[in-house]
Amino acid sequence: MTGGIYRPETDGALLAMVNVYKTFPVRKSFFSGEDLRVRAVDGVSLTVPPGKTLGLVGESGCGKTTLARVAIRLLAADSGSIRFEGKDITRMEGEALRTTRRRMQIVFQDPYSSLNPRMKVRDIVGEGWLVHGLARGKDLRERAERLLVRVGMPAEAGGKYPHEFSGGQRQRIGIARAIALSPKLVVADEPVSALDVSVQAQILNLLKDIQEEYGIAYLFVSHDLRVIRHVSDAVAVMYLGKVMETGPAQELFREPLHPYTRSLLSAVPMLGDAPSERIVLSGEIPSPIAPPPGCRFHTRCFMAKKECVEASPLLREVASGRFAACHLI
Amino acid sequence: MNGSRVMGRDFAHRLLRNRLAAAGGAVILFFFLVSALPGLFASHEPNRIDIVNILRPPSAAHPLGTDDLGRDVLARVVHGARVSLKVGFVAVGIATALGLLVGLLSGFYGGWVDAVLMRFVDMMLCFPTFFLILSVIAFLEPSIWNIMAVIGLTGWMGVARLVRAETLSIKERDFVAAARAQGAGDARIIFRHVLPNTLAPILVAATLGVAGAILTESALSFLGIGVQPPTPSWGNILTAGKDNIEYAWWLSLFPGLAILVTVLGYNLLGEGIRDAADPRLKGR
Repeated sequence: MTGGIYRPETDGALLAMVNVYKTFPVRKSFFSGEDLRVRAVDGVSLTVPPGKTLGLVGESGCGKTTLARVAIRLLAADSGSIRFEGKDITRMEGEALRTTRRRMQIVFQDPYSSLNPRMKVRDIVGEGWLVHGLARGKDLRERAERLLVRVGMPAEAGGKYPHEFSGGQRQRIGIARAIALSPKLVVADEPVSALDVSVQAQILNLLKDIQEEYGIAYLFVSHDLRVIRHVSDAVAVMYLGKVMETGPAQELFREPLHPYTRSLLSAVPMLGDAPSERIVLSGEIPSPIAPPPGCRFHTRCFMAKKECVEASPLLREVASGRFAACHLI
Repeated sequence: MNGSRVMGRDFAHRLLRNRLAAAGGAVILFFFLVSALPGLFASHEPNRIDIVNILRPPSAAHPLGTDDLGRDVLARVVHGARVSLKVGFVAVGIATALGLLVGLLSGFYGGWVDAVLMRFVDMMLCFPTFFLILSVIAFLEPSIWNIMAVIGLTGWMGVARLVRAETLSIKERDFVAAARAQGAGDARIIFRHVLPNTLAPILVAATLGVAGAILTESALSFLGIGVQPPTPSWGNILTAGKDNIEYAWWLSLFPGLAILVTVLGYNLLGEGIRDAADPRLKGR
């Protein structure tokens, strides 16, 4: 049956976000006294099943990084709910939050600012063990070495400082830190965007191997469609703080439904199975401080009609298992 | 620049290649040696009065002459070095510790904590420091310990502002978010992640601060409310020199030179550290 409004599968999901909003204050307007806010995440729902990868794709500034950080409570959501392992963590605090954090970790985009330059690699990797009282001293050193070897680093790396390593190696250290506490969910926030293409493949393969070995689920954020296609089981496409389309990765890449997804895919020629016409979007992404009324995408959409300006489309099922927020599908 | 390099070999190399900074460092080392082993540099007792030989010009027996009580000026300057260093380091230690604490809390927590602490800093900066010190000392006994405490307690605001600014930028870095995700608490994040990354600018501020503290102590001692005679300090030797300046130039010149050279040494070293730690800051 199709046509239903998207409701995230909360039963059995590792992570389920329902109708999550997150805004940031910009400044009060000097003249009107109006409170301006960037609407970074504007009513997003999604789920990540255990052991699977949800790819989150979109242009720069569409709110995907904010969403990823809200998902693991590095940022607090304004409203909506976040459930992790069946528990509501939206407003969780103190000790409960600290213990929950062990099971959700993050790999960052920038391999330079994500490692403390004043700490030895083994202390970076083993910080979680120390904080949770799981290992210290010699034990921590040995465990850190084993973990470093697992992510493809030499064991001696533990005694060195981050600046002695290249970007790709530093990203491996970041991955070791993320998996040290045996998490169930890892948010990978553009983990390969800062790396050379040859290194990208190595890091992506490492992430995949680790997923199989430890049964980790990824919320994988990227603006690179080729990367997303390589790693994802399901994909969510974001535009200006909203999910435009979501569905199983293979089907979504084979036959994109939403006009925004179609234009994105057409920009990467090697992705199309059949040669398709290049859809060139006009204009810039509008400001998230004052998003356009109606459908967010209508200002740049090649299919836009009158109704697109008037009402914001809901994310609904347009084909079996396929959801899109568009009036015209 | 990359903060990780600050304490590394590159840093030492850049610092030593800077001749002025190296000279400053040598001067400071020399005065450290002088304070540690005064007997090596002066054979006379600094407080031994010899009324037969008052106000003698420099000679073989008294290389820097004698003062109005016949005391050896060399011995007094040499023993005064220890006072200057002690005041410089203890006062700056107090100021740095206080400034670090205020700056870290202010920058890390923001909000009303920041507002209250920074307004307090503004308030402290409104007082003309020297007169504040003068009036506080007027109520306390003028002793070297009170001097150190007062100089320290009036000199922490610059450090606080510096640390706050650094903290504001460091707390947004990804490694802080990573520590948070690992389950680290505020105290651990502040002391293990933020503090070590603020140390380079603090080191610069502290080195320059030592020079300021030595000057302040000399000024206070010169005015007679600092280190009390007969304990020699460069400032109170100058006081004696002032009264006899027409016929005993050596009594003013040598302690004055000691102050000048030491302060210059700390300033050169501080600026050298700044340039070596962060080439972008050069000429600021």
